[in-house]
Amino acid sequence: MTDLAQDLLSSFVVAEPQLNGSRNLGVVHLRKEALDRFETLGFPTTRDEEWKYTNLKPVLKHNYRILLKGDDAVSFADIKSYLLSDLDTYKLVFINGKYSSWLSDSTHQEFDVCTFAAALNKYPDIIAEYLGKAAPKGETFVDLNTAFADDGAFIRVKASQTVDKPIEILYLTTNENGPSFSQVRNLIIVEQNAEVQIVERHQNIGDQPSFTNFVSEVFAARDARVSYYKVQNDANEATLVDNTHVVQKETSNVHVGTYTFGGKLVRNNLHFYSAGTHAESHMDGITIIGNGQTVDHHTLVDHQEPNCYSRELYKGIYLGKSHGIFNGKVMVRQKAQKTNAFQQNDNILLSDKAKVDTKPQLEIFADDVRCSHGCTVGQLDRNALFYLRSRGIPKREAEGLMTYAFAADALEYVKIPQLEKRLNRVIAEKLGINLEFTL
Amino acid sequence: MIKINNLQARVEDKEILKGINLEINPGEIHAIMGPNGSGKSTLSNVIAGREDYEVTGGSIDFEGENLLDLDPEERAHKGIFLSFQYPVEIPGVTVSNFIKTAINESRKGRGQEPMEAREMLAKMREKTALLEMDKSYLSRSLNEGFSGGEKKRNEIFQMAMLEPKLAILDETDSGLDIDALRIVAGGVNKLRTADNAVMVITHYQRLLDYIKPDFVHVLYNGRIVKSGGPELAHELEEKGYDWIKAENA
Repeated sequence: MTDLAQDLLSSFVVAEPQLNGSRNLGVVHLRKEALDRFETLGFPTTRDEEWKYTNLKPVLKHNYRILLKGDDAVSFADIKSYLLSDLDTYKLVFINGKYSSWLSDSTHQEFDVCTFAAALNKYPDIIAEYLGKAAPKGETFVDLNTAFADDGAFIRVKASQTVDKPIEILYLTTNENGPSFSQVRNLIIVEQNAEVQIVERHQNIGDQPSFTNFVSEVFAARDARVSYYKVQNDANEATLVDNTHVVQKETSNVHVGTYTFGGKLVRNNLHFYSAGTHAESHMDGITIIGNGQTVDHHTLVDHQEPNCYSRELYKGIYLGKSHGIFNGKVMVRQKAQKTNAFQQNDNILLSDKAKVDTKPQLEIFADDVRCSHGCTVGQLDRNALFYLRSRGIPKREAEGLMTYAFAADALEYVKIPQLEKRLNRVIAEKLGINLEFTL
Repeated sequence: MIKINNLQARVEDKEILKGINLEINPGEIHAIMGPNGSGKSTLSNVIAGREDYEVTGGSIDFEGENLLDLDPEERAHKGIFLSFQYPVEIPGVTVSNFIKTAINESRKGRGQEPMEAREMLAKMREKTALLEMDKSYLSRSLNEGFSGGEKKRNEIFQMAMLEPKLAILDETDSGLDIDALRIVAGGVNKLRTADNAVMVITHYQRLLDYIKPDFVHVLYNGRIVKSGGPELAHELEEKGYDWIKAENA
């Protein structure tokens, strides 16, 4: 067992009585059980099949502080650049895992856009019904989070309501005093025929290593529509393990877009459980990383009911000595006839030192289904480059243009124009090009 | 305008151009003809600066400058244009954005300000009309899903927009039906001025019925083995290339 795991186990005794929701016996029980499982499982190593290509050892070795304090010194000016400044949004801002009410803009009016901590106390019935029901027990990072997490975003949209503006969730880490390990948790409940758009971001604004173990549970009821965008452009010393689990009921439509441009190590465990007929699941993303960065997308679509559709499109651009991993599992259960599942992972290596491991994984137990998958790893086409240059476009711009064009179709489903613009700008910046237009 | 002197080039270890001499002056149209594998496309690609070809000897002088010292984009900025035999498909980049970028990068390369959006738009309208292209072309991904004829027409559209000093048309007639050929050739003719020049590379006489050359050169085995006026093209059409091969065996 690693030192960090030991530290976590021993600090639980101190932490547990202070955690939000500690008066709720159900939650207390859930936490203790989860901690027991974590004690058995420990942190994964590269000997675990699911972690074969991603070595956590270098990021687990830091002497992380586990019980974090908020930071009142953070002002709006410090966080402004991490928010969509040109758009009116609800805002939930957390600093070192603690809710910052003065930086946030929450609501309890027609729908709840507030905190997990508040919900633990205010809505024991909802917590009992939903907490831990999407994220599976026995996944070590989920269990660890369940044991410790006591705040995060709580969103509940009641039947037939549409949240009138996007919700931004910002998790900040300020850690001048040493490495920090934070565990935050979302609970997102979108009831029948309701609609919501969420933009989420984790950001380390200190200069020390940070490790965020994050769980987000999303429940989309019948006919619910959810757009959930993850902007991952964290500092070079930041590690994020994002465990997002989405349960969908019939004819619901959920899109999760993951845009990864930064961080030392990012692991996305994104799982969709298609638990109602005619549900639509969209997941797509763009990854652009460079020297010393690792991004690992582990996705699962679990088709449990007939006539569902899933679409998965991940584009990766790797510069410098970077490492990309894609593992896309599509499970079609026996009952899930007429499933239509599409999966594609395309990668471009712009450096000899960049590396990609990509693996589609299909497990199909129904006989009347359409499942397609493909993955490519390549370089920029030399002929196309010459073609652009012969028209007067300099080499660097030509490469940028081609790379951008390669990535851009993974932005097709972004429904917030300001976010699309922002992503375009980040992509151009990462590729070192000046894009005068959007394609 | 352009003086090619004893140009030699190879791909990997294969000698392809073995000493080309050619001079083109403003206002002239030169046709380069020759059997397959004689080096026609190599010549056009070497002029445009494709790095897959290694120039092993000779020189290319373009308006007093050594072209071989320049990158492909710099050659484009100087006014060289190559209409590709096989235009490349670039998904995700629309024709209009591509041409905007190409024009403004070329202007930047020449130290000029970007073109005004309104002027750009007017010019695009004018040139699409000239080539009888539907405006919907402009919003399509560059060459993606284009038919052979559409690709060639799109090449001439780019030429019309970029207004090069020297346009090299590499087998522009291949893949064109007779109507498209007439439109494309008509476009090229309308773009002619006393200051620009055209180098037409073709295997067949057909295109030369529409774009009338001042000079015809026969390229064979990496050398220009015969030069003459338009009548040479007719002679080749009648007799084929065998007599050229026999003469140079």
